[in-house]
Amino acid sequence: MTDKIVIEALSLTYSDGVESLRNISMGVRENAVTVLFGPAGGGKSTLLRCLNRLNDLTEIRASAGRILIDGENILDPKTDVIALRRKVGMVFARPVVLPMSIRQNLTYGLELAGEKRKSRLDEAVERSLKLAAIWDEIKDRLDDPAIALSGGQQQRVCLARVLALQPEIILLDEPTSGLDPISTGKVEAALLELKKEYTVILVPHSVQQAARAADFAAFFLQGELVEYGEGKSIFTMPKEKRTEDYVTGRFG
Amino acid sequence: MEKTLNWREFVITRLVRASGYSAIVFVALIFFFLLREGLPTFAEVPLSTLFSLRWYPIEDYFGILPLITGSIMVTLGATLVAVPFGIGTAIYISEIAPRWMREILKPMVELLGGLPSVVLGFLGILILSPFLRTFLDLPTGLTAFTGSLLLGGIAVPTVVSIAEDALDSVPRSYREGAWALGATRWQTIWRVTLPAASSGVLTAVMLGVGRTIGETMTVMMVTGNAPVLAITPGSLFSPVRTMTATIAAEMGEVANGSVHYHTLFFIGMVLFIISLIVNVAASSVVFRSKKRAERVLS
Repeated sequence: MTDKIVIEALSLTYSDGVESLRNISMGVRENAVTVLFGPAGGGKSTLLRCLNRLNDLTEIRASAGRILIDGENILDPKTDVIALRRKVGMVFARPVVLPMSIRQNLTYGLELAGEKRKSRLDEAVERSLKLAAIWDEIKDRLDDPAIALSGGQQQRVCLARVLALQPEIILLDEPTSGLDPISTGKVEAALLELKKEYTVILVPHSVQQAARAADFAAFFLQGELVEYGEGKSIFTMPKEKRTEDYVTGRFG
Repeated sequence: MEKTLNWREFVITRLVRASGYSAIVFVALIFFFLLREGLPTFAEVPLSTLFSLRWYPIEDYFGILPLITGSIMVTLGATLVAVPFGIGTAIYISEIAPRWMREILKPMVELLGGLPSVVLGFLGILILSPFLRTFLDLPTGLTAFTGSLLLGGIAVPTVVSIAEDALDSVPRSYREGAWALGATRWQTIWRVTLPAASSGVLTAVMLGVGRTIGETMTVMMVTGNAPVLAITPGSLFSPVRTMTATIAAEMGEVANGSVHYHTLFFIGMVLFIISLIVNVAASSVVFRSKKRAERVLS
């Protein structure tokens, strides 16, 4: 198994002077769930948003270091950002269904990429909805407005929408923070399926979820990568005192 | 102690309520006077005269059709100018411009909105209409087209600031969702941000239209004021006269209580009804989309 993503000495400062990442280096394995966890403000989401260059749209003063995906530095200004975002899909904390029907939500990304053949689109809709474990619930009302679905369903539609683009990497930023336990379970189950084909990076909304889902886990504290390793060892016998304190609930 | 507070509460509540009700009273009074002064027209002027093509009050020709078509022509022209230009500017300010640019542009647009229309009319007479006359080779530069351009300019700030508010209130997460799917900036604006802000943008358009229908000073100065039926495309480039300009120009000289006087009030009623229709249409569209959103949320 190789590292799909290699982050080398990444530092990042927002224009208001807040340092959000300090000299981060880590590799992310292919076909595994890598969890970035830690208290709020630790830089997890910022790092996630670097991986698909969504941070381009916020104001960032300085950034140093490199992020290599398949050996290519995506922070290079010459990178095709649009192509990168198709390759690195993202699911947000609050489900963002676009103001259209369920079907259109799913085909939107593909149409943007230039796919017009209806058979291909229909095929992608069915395949990705099945992968996101929501096909059986909504297959009879694909043409209803997506906003009429429940929160849990919307989140899985968002996941399916990302999958429809057949990305290689999936970023999830607290995807279950607004969901009930049953929907959360469904999303987590979908993640287990997904890691067979994709590289998954998850920012969980709780330590418990981190422990459940992680193949690999990275603990972030105030912009610093404190500890990174296999999920099992981090959650059962962390090497760093700070990790142990957080995992056992002494702070955070 | 407690008693004084209660007393103060009582007075303030009543005062606030009274000022709230006063809005209704004023509208009702305006409507009442319009009706009282305008309705006698039906008794004094035969309908066939009223809806004829000749407005020449001194010889008892009271055909208001040229005035209505003049108003509509100028308003349509102004809308065609103001809507694309205004929405384009709003999109630029809210979606594309860097922050420092936005901070310059927004106050500028608001300043433009506060410009007295007589100033614009003056510029129209001095600069725009001579330019149009030579550029388009017209017999006169005082045309419906000139009025449309200027009125469009007057409506642009209204459209911009309301449409910009609407675009601005689209949650950032919508845009990020589209970007994360590989949408370009333009695709995001066209397929996600604009549709999400559509009710606000529509309100902006309607208020812009309302602003142009009611505008008086500028049109009186630059449209030439010839009461000619304006229904062919060619009449865009000839002088027209609007309802507002007619009232403003003639009300000062008319004998109180005469037929002419009542007819001018009748024109006022027509204007009142047109802007009522525009407003009701605008708010019903907004209301409907709001209801749809509420239904979805519950």
